[in-house]
Amino acid sequence: MGVGTFFTSKLDEALGWARKFSIFQYPFVTACCGMEYMATACSHYDIDRFGAGLPRFSPRQADVLFVVGTISHKMAPVLRRIYDQMCEPKWVVAFGVCTCTGGFYNNYATVQGIDTIIPVDVYIPGCPPRPESVIDGLMKLQDKIATGAQRY
Amino acid sequence: MDGSAILARLRGRLGARIIETHEHHGDHTAVVVRDGILDTLRFCRDDAELRFDLLMDVTAVDYLKFPGREDGPRFDVVYHLYSVPHNHRVRLKVPVEQDAATVPTATGLWPIANWLEREVWDMFGIRFEGHPDLRRLLLYEEFVGHPLRKDYPIDRRQPLIGPKV
Repeated sequence: MGVGTFFTSKLDEALGWARKFSIFQYPFVTACCGMEYMATACSHYDIDRFGAGLPRFSPRQADVLFVVGTISHKMAPVLRRIYDQMCEPKWVVAFGVCTCTGGFYNNYATVQGIDTIIPVDVYIPGCPPRPESVIDGLMKLQDKIATGAQRY
Repeated sequence: MDGSAILARLRGRLGARIIETHEHHGDHTAVVVRDGILDTLRFCRDDAELRFDLLMDVTAVDYLKFPGREDGPRFDVVYHLYSVPHNHRVRLKVPVEQDAATVPTATGLWPIANWLEREVWDMFGIRFEGHPDLRRLLLYEEFVGHPLRKDYPIDRRQPLIGPKV
């Protein structure tokens, strides 16, 4: 391992460590999963432990897009625009089976998984997912942020 | 007012406009000819004993392939009425043929009929004659067809973005 490589990887680690504990989320809440998201985001489960306690209701200030709830085809262009407005680096969490696969909605209205529209980093299944699942997904996202290549 | 008394009053006052009436589990329904629906709705709203001042819902049913109604009128437009002063309810059904799927609008009687009828147009493709603004209510303009019709394929999607499946 050369000197340059060594130095770069350490900077990546420092950046990853900082970024994984400053997850400013944008909750894109469209359906019943929103209730479970609110339960998770409140003090009982305290996601501030993971540095994710401060939702930003502007995509321009957010790092992680939480897509919470069923996405209809009418809503899909809106979600795409929200994603495009977020600054790099950015990550996407699919919260609940509807966002992962469309869930049990196999009909004219529902997008069959948001990964057909935008890239997704972490899938949290469940209808709706329990707060424990959300926290598990959040920690997986933290691992991904910390160990992935850092862009700066 | 008792439900069967409501139906008796409708039959007595509107005569041939009422095709038949029935009661099922406490729900009282009158089936009305299409050309008499406005008269019936107006009577229901204005009659002192009925006073149906609230149009709860306008919806429709597609009876395509329904056992016993394969040849009959394809759609029923259903009006749910409620009376706040009297605390009673009634349903009115209007059978509509597929080829002439139009019903006179009730927007002149209840302003809420505007959006309710737009939803029925959106989902079932039943037109409302005289409606001031008959556009889709829930779906997007690019959508082709009416998804709650029984001959609309259950999984046909019309995405605006993303893969066209």
